[in-house]
Amino acid sequence: MRLLLLLPFVGLLWIPFYNHELPALFGFPFFYWYQFLWVPLTAFLIWLVYRREREEGDA
Amino acid sequence: MGMTEHLDWTAFAVFVFFFVLVTVLGFWASRWQAGPKKEAHLDEWGLGGRNFGTWITWFLVGGDFYTAYTVIAVPALVYAVGAYGFFALPYTILVYPIVFLIMPRLWHVAQKAGHVTAADVVYARYGSRALEFAVALTAVLATMPYIALQLVGMEVVIKALGLTGEVPLAAAFIILALYTYAAGLRAPALIAFVKDLMIYVVVLVAVVLVPTKLGGYGAVFSAAGEAFAAKGGATGLLLQPQQMLPFASLALGSALAAFMYPHTLTGIFAAKSADTIRKNAVFLPAYTVLLGLIALLGYMGHAAHLTVKSNNDIVPALFNALFPSWFAGFAFAAIAIGALVPAAVMSIGAANLFTRNFWKAYVNPQVTPAGEQQVAKIVSLVVKVGALVFILFLPTQFALDLQLLGGLWILQTFPAVVFGLFFGWYRATPLLIGWAAGLAGGTAIAFADGIKPVHTFAIGDGHYTLYTGLVALAINIVVATVVQLVLPRRNAEVVGPA
Repeated sequence: MRLLLLLPFVGLLWIPFYNHELPALFGFPFFYWYQFLWVPLTAFLIWLVYRREREEGDA
Repeated sequence: MGMTEHLDWTAFAVFVFFFVLVTVLGFWASRWQAGPKKEAHLDEWGLGGRNFGTWITWFLVGGDFYTAYTVIAVPALVYAVGAYGFFALPYTILVYPIVFLIMPRLWHVAQKAGHVTAADVVYARYGSRALEFAVALTAVLATMPYIALQLVGMEVVIKALGLTGEVPLAAAFIILALYTYAAGLRAPALIAFVKDLMIYVVVLVAVVLVPTKLGGYGAVFSAAGEAFAAKGGATGLLLQPQQMLPFASLALGSALAAFMYPHTLTGIFAAKSADTIRKNAVFLPAYTVLLGLIALLGYMGHAAHLTVKSNNDIVPALFNALFPSWFAGFAFAAIAIGALVPAAVMSIGAANLFTRNFWKAYVNPQVTPAGEQQVAKIVSLVVKVGALVFILFLPTQFALDLQLLGGLWILQTFPAVVFGLFFGWYRATPLLIGWAAGLAGGTAIAFADGIKPVHTFAIGDGHYTLYTGLVALAINIVVATVVQLVLPRRNAEVVGPA
């Protein structure tokens, strides 16, 4: 489950994947809205791990 | 378009109103959230009674980690170079999985034994005064210039109000020093509520209203793109190929270093439970959205066709140019108060370190908890006066350079503080030698580069540029591992875990 927490590292440290202008969203080039998108995504992944570990009683 | 040279009375009045409000809060805070323990104790002054729940921790760490200097410097860098300045966004995202995995464990260890600082945890784990001293000294050295930079943030907005001279800055800081002395960590925790709400209001208004005045986000980005095209060099709306590796390594290295600082760790140790910290790892990223939006103010500066003498003036210049003066005053107050919270927590963190890992370790081992609190209170005053003197009498560039080196230094405490929480393989001596190698190696590389955050390695025909702090951390871990393997086992009995 904790492996989910590796996803933001992969998604944000592999720069060639998102160093592009297109597709733009609401005037934001891809480079920008993609990084913003990872904020709620990372919070959600941490919440998933948190919930699972609390159910398992680790927390 | 320059800064207003004359005092803007409306903006000034709004600014003073909020400053007085937080001053009252700061002094009143000593009675707020007072625990059942009424006697003087370092846990009370230095950690707010170790009783901060999810909300208080969220405001405190948010107000403390995203500093006033960030609000000034991140948009300034984005204004100057573009996409490269956005490394702050992946940095402040990646920090939270790291916090979630490491900090609840650190909290448990500290809670059980009553530790107040990271160096306490290290001493208890390894039984080495030398390693404890190394961690504590690094933390204090890294924090001092950081406090000074908060003053730079305040200086910028005070100047934008049209005030001149150094008296306003000194007065603001002395008031801060007094209520921190009186109320300890409760003062910045309470003020953080006001500060963070003000910053949220300012940023939300700015990101909604400014683009409508400037023709929308598409227009903001294209104006910035045109400005960078005219400027040339390593600037632009996207990263140039040679900027990708430094961007990624700065983000990762900064994320690893962020919660090694005493001000962020103080927020962790002050939490009521490990669960409080886990929940905060989920909810603190809300501040990262805010930081990303703040960074965009740099591009709005281009769209508004502002030119500034110093890049750090871009945010105040933007508010002065686009907003009525009462709102500019509100925004400047938010930034100035935003400097007070981290400066207070940093000085408390540094004072806790001095008290626990120097005073108690070497001067007076029999000191009582009440005596510890008294020492820490006085040290917090000394630290703040030191930072003020630093900014008033030394060039600002000196503080900037030291803060940059401070990030590299604090990262070198990561193996000593964190590794022992997860596995017991490393002994104290290898960790100490690794720390020394990383610190010396990293500092030497940074000096050779003229105090730049990144270093370029030429391997064959390729050039690879990396964050020097991360390179130093690699040196640190490799040296610690080699020493661990070659050092005779016998030594383990001498320096082994206590």
